[in-house]
Amino acid sequence: MHEWALAEAVITTAFQIAEKENLEEIIEVNIKLGELQQVDLDIFKFALSQLKPPLLKNAKFNVTRMNAKFKCRACGHEWSFNDVAIDEDAREAIHFVPEIAHTYVKCPRCGSPDFEVLQGRGVWIDSVVGAKRDD
Amino acid sequence: MIDPRISVIHERLRNVRNIIAVSSGKGGVGKSLVASAAALTLARKGFKVALFDLDFTSPSSHIILGIDDLQPKEEKGIIPPEVHGLKYMSIVYYAGERASPLRGADISNALIELFAVTIWGDLDFLIIDMPPGISDATLDLLRFVGNIKFLIVTTPSQLAFETVRKFIELLSEIKVPVIGVIENMKMKDSTFIKQQVESKGVRFLGEIPFDPQLEESIGNVERFLATRFSKALEKIIERNLKPG
Repeated sequence: MHEWALAEAVITTAFQIAEKENLEEIIEVNIKLGELQQVDLDIFKFALSQLKPPLLKNAKFNVTRMNAKFKCRACGHEWSFNDVAIDEDAREAIHFVPEIAHTYVKCPRCGSPDFEVLQGRGVWIDSVVGAKRDD
Repeated sequence: MIDPRISVIHERLRNVRNIIAVSSGKGGVGKSLVASAAALTLARKGFKVALFDLDFTSPSSHIILGIDDLQPKEEKGIIPPEVHGLKYMSIVYYAGERASPLRGADISNALIELFAVTIWGDLDFLIIDMPPGISDATLDLLRFVGNIKFLIVTTPSQLAFETVRKFIELLSEIKVPVIGVIENMKMKDSTFIKQQVESKGVRFLGEIPFDPQLEESIGNVERFLATRFSKALEKIIERNLKPG
């Protein structure tokens, strides 16, 4: 359920952007959701719908899933989250703190824990679309 | 692309009246022991206290507190469990006893994540057990966590103090509040550290004698608080830490 905390972060950021850009209303928030964090999309979307303030009351939240991709810094091998065999406890730990992947995941080719998450880590706002105030 | 997590950190800390980073610049000076004893002491004095172990690659405060088998609750965020009268947060809940080989960017990401999703509630003191060095965790705290004060630990060694001196100068230059410096593991009379600290315009808070019994108390909070180490720290806290 910490999806609520992440949804709150999205709403707060969108609200801050609206204030900075002098928006009257937010129409669309485009969100990228990384596979590694394994966010429950239904809970996340429900939380977004429950948390939105009046400025976002008509906002549409477009969520795009991004596959997680890793690249080994030792041997250069690239792989995806699906290639990794880890148990449920490790998956849950990664869900809370995606960097914990470095504790449980190793390069499938050389066994190094020194890898980069190329994409698909967690929650990002891609863009916010709104209507400007007339003034 | 925008990282939304940063926007909620301030909100998460809204009801935390004092954020104290127990820091050094140098490793092995007793930061985790000071942070743990300070948090326990303040909690026993009736304050609402949390301890956050930010030493992601070498966490140790859970060993000092004898914490084994605890997990945070998940409820619209992460609620740190209460143990020995304080809320306790650490990466060990997720990494267990395994090594966490994290580079700087990963440390920053994990730090932002935990500050963004941890629900501290109402606190008089959030004590942060910092990793050694003046690197990612320190820079991130300065960037994302406002209203932070540094409590600096050194030993009598010139080797430790050389880095501490640089750290104090840096914090002074960027106008970050320093509560003062504690000299830990004192073995013989010397005013060298006190003089050096005061010459930098920073308060020397006191000294803690080297305590050969300390190691045997680790993992047992009652024994830990009864050590000469903890008693000396308690006096320093009584003199210097008031909830503001």
